[in-house]
Amino acid sequence: MKYYDKLIFELSRPGRCGYSLPASILGGKECACSNVGSKEAPVSGGVWRETPLTLPEVSEPDVVRHYTNLSQMNFGVDTGFYPLGSCTMKYNPKINEEIVSAFNGLHPLQPENTVKGALEVLDFVDGALAEITGMKHFTFLPCAGAHGELTGLMIMREYHMRRGDTARTKVIVPDSAHGTNPASAAVCGLDIVVVKSRPDGLVDVEDLKPLLGPDVAGIMMTNPNTLGLFERDIKEIAELVHECGGLLYYDGANMNPLLGVVRPGDMGFDIMHLNLHKTFSTPHGGGGPGSGPVGVAERLVPLLDVPRTSGFHGNFGIILRACAYILMLGRENVKMAGPLATLSANYIKESLKDCFKLPIQTVCKHEFVFDGLAEPNGVTTLDVAKRLLDYGFHAPTIYFPLLFHQALMIEPTETESLETLDAFIEVMRVIAREAAENPELLHTAPHNTPIGRPDETGAARQPVLKYTK
Amino acid sequence: MGTFTYFPHTQEDIRTMLDRIGVRSLDELYADVPSEFIHKGEYGLPSARSEEEVRAWFKDLAGKNTELKVFVGAGAYDHYTPSVIPYITSRSEFLTAYTPYQCEISQGTLRYIFEWQTMICALTGMDVANASVYDGPSAAAEAMRMCVACTRKRNTVVASSGLLPNVLETLRTYARYSGINLVETWDVYEAVGEGTLDLAGVIVPSINRFGVIERHLGLADLVHEAGALLVEYCDPSALSVVKTPAEWGADIAVGDGQSLGIPLCYGGPYVGFIACREQWMRKLPGRIVGQTADAEGRRAFVLTLQAREQHIRREKATSNICSNESLMALWCTVYLSLMGPEGMRKLNALCYEGSHYLHDALLATGKFADPFEGREFLKEFALKPLCDVKKLQQALLDAGFFAALQTEEGYVTFCVTERRTREEIDALVKVVKEAEL
Repeated sequence: MKYYDKLIFELSRPGRCGYSLPASILGGKECACSNVGSKEAPVSGGVWRETPLTLPEVSEPDVVRHYTNLSQMNFGVDTGFYPLGSCTMKYNPKINEEIVSAFNGLHPLQPENTVKGALEVLDFVDGALAEITGMKHFTFLPCAGAHGELTGLMIMREYHMRRGDTARTKVIVPDSAHGTNPASAAVCGLDIVVVKSRPDGLVDVEDLKPLLGPDVAGIMMTNPNTLGLFERDIKEIAELVHECGGLLYYDGANMNPLLGVVRPGDMGFDIMHLNLHKTFSTPHGGGGPGSGPVGVAERLVPLLDVPRTSGFHGNFGIILRACAYILMLGRENVKMAGPLATLSANYIKESLKDCFKLPIQTVCKHEFVFDGLAEPNGVTTLDVAKRLLDYGFHAPTIYFPLLFHQALMIEPTETESLETLDAFIEVMRVIAREAAENPELLHTAPHNTPIGRPDETGAARQPVLKYTK
Repeated sequence: MGTFTYFPHTQEDIRTMLDRIGVRSLDELYADVPSEFIHKGEYGLPSARSEEEVRAWFKDLAGKNTELKVFVGAGAYDHYTPSVIPYITSRSEFLTAYTPYQCEISQGTLRYIFEWQTMICALTGMDVANASVYDGPSAAAEAMRMCVACTRKRNTVVASSGLLPNVLETLRTYARYSGINLVETWDVYEAVGEGTLDLAGVIVPSINRFGVIERHLGLADLVHEAGALLVEYCDPSALSVVKTPAEWGADIAVGDGQSLGIPLCYGGPYVGFIACREQWMRKLPGRIVGQTADAEGRRAFVLTLQAREQHIRREKATSNICSNESLMALWCTVYLSLMGPEGMRKLNALCYEGSHYLHDALLATGKFADPFEGREFLKEFALKPLCDVKKLQQALLDAGFFAALQTEEGYVTFCVTERRTREEIDALVKVVKEAEL
C-alpha cells in the first residue's frame, strides 16, 4: 500500500467540472433558483440559499484517480485474510453484485402489481431464512444487525404491552454479549440486567435463576457466544425464561457456525435477527450497508410489521445479494458452511495454543479467543494486531469480549483455504518469536503500512472533523 | 460432499485439519450441541444452481417488474447516477472492507468518510457530521433522541405533520418504545408557544410532504427560548439552492442522501446523515472520523470520539448504531465531487424548470386545483384533484407513468427530476388531458 495524501478538496480548481447534464427543456430560461447559492447570488429574505456552496470543482478523470488512489490504502476480504472475530468476513461472491442493477429503477412506493419480481424475491428470501433458522417469518426493514436487535426488542416489548403485561421492563444480557445488545435494549427503553458467565465461558444458569421474575421482558443470547462456545444449557435457559413469561432473543451475529446445522427456532428462541452482511455473504462496504432482517416465531407474526424502524422496505439491494448466495448454496452446500467455518477456527486454535494463552480449551465454533501471548514480554494484544498488518493480514478483533484483558478474537470463516490458514499460523508464530527477541519491533508496529500508529488521543482531544482550507 | 466454488477445502485438507484438532469427523466438532438441536435431513431449500442459472433466475424476476417513468418523489428521487460512481464503489478495496477498525490499512475508507462529513457540513451549514446512519427516517429518530439527551430530563418532542409519512412513522416507532412524548402538529409555532417546560426538540421539514419549501422565520429563536433544539429534515440535493438548516438557525440537520445519485432500488440501500452544531458534537450517534497525524507527522485519519459508542459504553452509549451505510456515503461523496457547486445549481434549476412546467400544464387541464398557490417549490408539488384519483393513477400507469401519488390529505403529488424529458412531461399531460376521469 502506498501513502497518498490528497483530499478531494485539495484538487479543486475554480471552473473545473465533472458533471454532464441534459439541456434545459425550455431552452435555458432563467428560473428562480438558477443563481442561488452562487457567489453572485442576491441575498434575499426568501426560501433560497444565501451561503455560497463550497464543494470541490474537479474533472471526471481527477475524481476517478483520486478515489482509486484512496482505495489502494484500504484492505478488504479480496485483498487478504480478514480474521475479524464476530464479523464473519467471508468471501463476497461477485454474482451477488451483478444481479442488482436490474432492480435499480424501481421506486419504493410503486403499486404492488408493478413490482411483482421484487416481491417474489422478498417472499423467496423470507421462506429460505425461515427454513434455515426455524422462525416463521422475517421483516426486512432493519438495515444492520444493531437495527435488527432494536426492531426485535420492540416486537418483544409490543408482545408484553399488548397482553397488558407492562411491568416487564428488564432484559437480561450476558456479560459476554456484543456491545450492541445492551445499547439496543437501552434505546428500546428497557433496563439491562447482566447475567454472569461461568469460568468455562458459558452463561451461569445458577446466576440467571434469581434474575427471572414478572419484571423480565426477555433475554438476549448469542449462541455460540462471543467466545465461540455453544451455550449447551440453552434448553434449560429457554424453559426457565419462558416459564417466567419472558421471551428469548437470538443475536444472529454468530449464526455462521450454525448455518446448515442448528436452527435457533428449534432451540426455543422467539425472535432473532440475521446479519446478511455476515452469514449470507453480502459485502460490508467499509461499515455498511448491511441488512438485519428480524424473524419471529409463529405467535409473534402479527407483531412483525408493527415497529417501522426504517423508511421503505429495508436495504433491498442487500437482500438481492443474499438471495443470490442462497441460490448458489442450495440445500446441498448449506450443510457444509457452518462445519467448515468451525473446522477452520479449531484448526487455528489448536495450531497456536502453545504460543498464545488459551483461556478456554474446549472445541470452539466459528471463532475463539486468545488472551494475549503465552509469554508476553511486555508485548500487548494491540502490538500483535499492528504487527499482523505488516505481514499482510487484517488483525483479529481485539480487546473484546471484555472477559479477558488481552482478548484476540479470531474468526477465519469457511472460505479460506488451508494454505491461507497455515500462512497466518506461521506469521502468528513469527510474531510470538519477535515478542521474545525484539519486543520494540512490535511496540512500534506497523512499519509497512501507509501510515504508522496515529495519535488517537490528540484526535479525540482536539477534534478536526471536516476539511478547512 | 461435492465441491463448491466458495469452499476451498479438499477432502484431504479436511482430513489434515481434523487430525490437527484431534477429532475424527466434522460432526464431532458439534458434540457439545444437544443432539435434538442438530438439524436432521435436508433443508427445504432449492437445489444449488450454477452461476448462469442464478443470473437467469434474476433476469426472469426482473422481467416481472414494470419499469415506469417515475414522476413521484416522497423521499426517493429519480436522479441520474453518473457512471463513475458504481465503478468506484465496486472497487474491492472499498466494497469488501469492514468498519475501519485498523486505521493503518483503512485510510481509504477513513478519508472518504472525512470528505463526506465535510460535504454534509457544506450542504447543511452545520459544524460537524457523522459517518452516516441507516436512512433519512432513522436519522430523524436519532435526532429526536439527541434532543432528549441534549436537554437532559426533558422528554417532549414536537414534530411537524408536514414531515414525510415514513419519517413520522419511524419517529412514532422510536418514541413509543423509548418513552418519548411525541406531539404531531400542523402548527409548530403554536405548539412551541404553548410553553411546555418539557420541550426537548422540534422537528420540521425543510421541504414538506407537499413539496412546499417551508419558511421557518423566527422559529429557531422561539425554540431556543423554550430551551429546546430545532431539527430540520432536508433533501441534501435541494440544499444546494434552498435555505440551509444553519440559515434557519437549526441545531441539527438530518435527511437522506439518496437524492445524491443513489438509485431508487426499491427503497434501499440509501444513507442517512446527521449534522449538528459543535456544541452537541459529543451527543452524535455512530461513527465519526477525525484528522490526526502519525509519529512521523503524516496526516492520518481515525475513528474518533469513540467514548460515545456502544462498543465502549454499552447501554450508556448515545445510540446502538454500529454498521452504518459507509459505501453509500462514498456513493454521495463521489457524486458531489463530480457535480461540484455549479453542477448542483444547474441540476436544481433543471428540476425547478421541469416541475413548474408540469405544474402549470396540469393546472391548465382543469382537472386540478392548486392548494398551495404562491408557495415556492423545487421539484415536487401537490395538487388537489378535481377528478377520480384511482382512474387518474390507472390511466397514468397504463401509459407507463408512476405519478400522482395520493397523500393522506387527499392531494396528489408529482415530482420532476432532471431525468424527465420534455417529451415525457408532454406525454404525461396528454394522458391526463385525454383520459376520462
